[in-house]
Amino acid sequence: MKKPSPTTALTCALALSAALALTACSGPGPATNATPDGPATISILDWFSGDIDHEATQKVFDRCADAAGVKLDRQSIDGANLVQRVLQQASTKTLPDILMIDHTDVPQIAAMGALRPLTDADISSEGYADGVVSSGMYQNKLYGLIPNTATLSLFVNNALLKEAGVTAPKTWDELKSTAAALTHDGQYGLGFSAVADFQATWQFLPFFWTNGADETDITSPEAVEALQLLTDLLKAGSVSNSVLNWTSGDVREQFVAGKAAMIVDGPWDIPVVKSEAPDLDWSIVLIPTKNASDTSVAPLGGEAWTLPATSADPAHQAKAGEVLKCFLGDDSQISMGVARATIPGKTTLKDEYLKQMPDMATFAQQVANARSRTAKLGVDWPKTATALYQAEQLALTGQMDPADALKSEAANLG
Amino acid sequence: MADGIAVSVPASRPALTRPHRRIRDTWSKSLFLLPAILFVIAFFAYPVIKNLVMGFQSYTTASFYTGESPFIGLANYARVISQPLFLKALANTLLFTAGSLLGQFVIGMGLALFFHRHFPLSNLLRSLLLLPWLLPLMVSSTSWKLILDKDSGVINQILESTGLAGVSWLTSPSVALTAVVIVNIWIGIPFNVAILYGGLQDIPEDLYEAASLDGATGIRAFAHVTWPLLRPVVTVLLVLGVVYTLKVVDIIIGLTSGGPANATQTIATWSYQTSFISFNFGEGAALSNILIIISLVFALLYLRVSRRGVDE
Repeated sequence: MKKPSPTTALTCALALSAALALTACSGPGPATNATPDGPATISILDWFSGDIDHEATQKVFDRCADAAGVKLDRQSIDGANLVQRVLQQASTKTLPDILMIDHTDVPQIAAMGALRPLTDADISSEGYADGVVSSGMYQNKLYGLIPNTATLSLFVNNALLKEAGVTAPKTWDELKSTAAALTHDGQYGLGFSAVADFQATWQFLPFFWTNGADETDITSPEAVEALQLLTDLLKAGSVSNSVLNWTSGDVREQFVAGKAAMIVDGPWDIPVVKSEAPDLDWSIVLIPTKNASDTSVAPLGGEAWTLPATSADPAHQAKAGEVLKCFLGDDSQISMGVARATIPGKTTLKDEYLKQMPDMATFAQQVANARSRTAKLGVDWPKTATALYQAEQLALTGQMDPADALKSEAANLG
Repeated sequence: MADGIAVSVPASRPALTRPHRRIRDTWSKSLFLLPAILFVIAFFAYPVIKNLVMGFQSYTTASFYTGESPFIGLANYARVISQPLFLKALANTLLFTAGSLLGQFVIGMGLALFFHRHFPLSNLLRSLLLLPWLLPLMVSSTSWKLILDKDSGVINQILESTGLAGVSWLTSPSVALTAVVIVNIWIGIPFNVAILYGGLQDIPEDLYEAASLDGATGIRAFAHVTWPLLRPVVTVLLVLGVVYTLKVVDIIIGLTSGGPANATQTIATWSYQTSFISFNFGEGAALSNILIIISLVFALLYLRVSRRGVDE
């Protein structure tokens, strides 16, 4: 082989470096109008990568895209990677035209200045549950809405309850006695997730809020009482200490296997339990309250849809708004709610929805009172949420009593 | 490519003066280095420097979009170090690293010596031993989480069937770190066996023959022949092991998420959670910078040791 001439070598080296630099720097750019005259392409990013969720939402998106005369470029990625992807896109100004985020992240993303208020696209929060509206607000502007909500209730195994001669608990005292009666031979009365992440916080909140505690002061006597309840249940042996490492999926499997007679769980698991244990005799009741007269308050869950301020073209922005408005429409909320076993965000649709999904009555009732986790603390919520699950772990492992656990975690909030 | 070495400048080309040509040669040679340099800058230098700088900034989610991230001096470091969790996480990091290395090395060494004396099917068994290495870490940690479950895990089922009490492997603050270390040892054994086995293969057989003539067999042969000759390999293995183990996140997150009550929280997992769960990127970067400094000490040690290996 002949040695390349210096000039060839130089060109070659430069070309190589340039190629490398290009591949290193060029990412997928923002999807804008495909052709100057053709239909606009609206880009969408969400975490509905599972079959049921993806299909149900895709159907609605297809219908809405047809109505608006646009094409769609939709990406559905794994939930665990969504926030990282959004941050990356935010820093390169390549956010999609329509973005789904967990509603607890709305304040974070809105605080960036990356979102347009939904009211700009003529989308109103009228008719939505209070929790939905407050979770979508940041500095008095509406940035996100949840078409289909979820919350937590108590799943009870009717057969095991009947066998033990007890009925579903309504108060904390009943919860303790029922759980104790249901505990024997490797079977536990109650199951919930207390794993060291936000799932534990999410499952602790029904007890915390129902008792009148508030996230702005996690050391209040009401907060201590709520944590004391769970600690007592564990100490009494009615709850396995495995809950310290169970995700909500693990808890559901305990219920399906008949090893946990009652569990804290949400509507998305109804289809799973039905398909895994078609013969199981079970029902759903409200989370018990301390006194029979208290109102059961559970946290609101669900994915919020937002409009990032990416495209500078008003016509393109309008098209994106039109698609989202249709996606959040009444028909869409009901059809997706039926397919995904989640409750329409608009409380005004409750009756029509329950006609098709009578199983969801308890959840629909719980959603009406459900509370948004970020309404009061906004961008500071993740810190407090961490403090709450850390305190729960300290108390349930017996390292500190509930009052000290909450106090020491509150001290870290600084 | 053998003839590529023959240097021939096309005769038709007007000859350049010698010094001139040498400069151009050096230039074009260094240009060929450019891709490698760009690669290192883009994928190693930039992230590390960015991370170092981020440790001194108030870096939140908004910083990603606005690009505004004010410098706040040492505030991030002050905040993470003043938390009670810092000493605990640091202690956990050291215990996790030391425990994992000790277990991986001792068991790895035993297995390497075992496989060194060839026997029927030894090659097959040795390849099977690599399995834990081939599994994705998420798969390993999820499987181990099931195996170690207090109520329905296989290990407790076995313990209970023999009349012993089950152990709260992952849910008792006093046991969880040990359990996590055991899993990490299991994951690290194949790497240790592979490297040590290779080291053993390099020791000439005749040394053992000579030693046995002098009466050194068994343990004495190990102490006087195997160990001294294996020592450079061992040092490199342990230093690499430290660097790999310090930064473990996925196994711990998969097994316990750092719980129960921070019993398995290390600097690495805490940094991950601070950055990507609590969105406090400045403090997360400060924590990972502390980890980088600890790793750097061992990396320098590694460079020194490996250079000495070459010199010898």
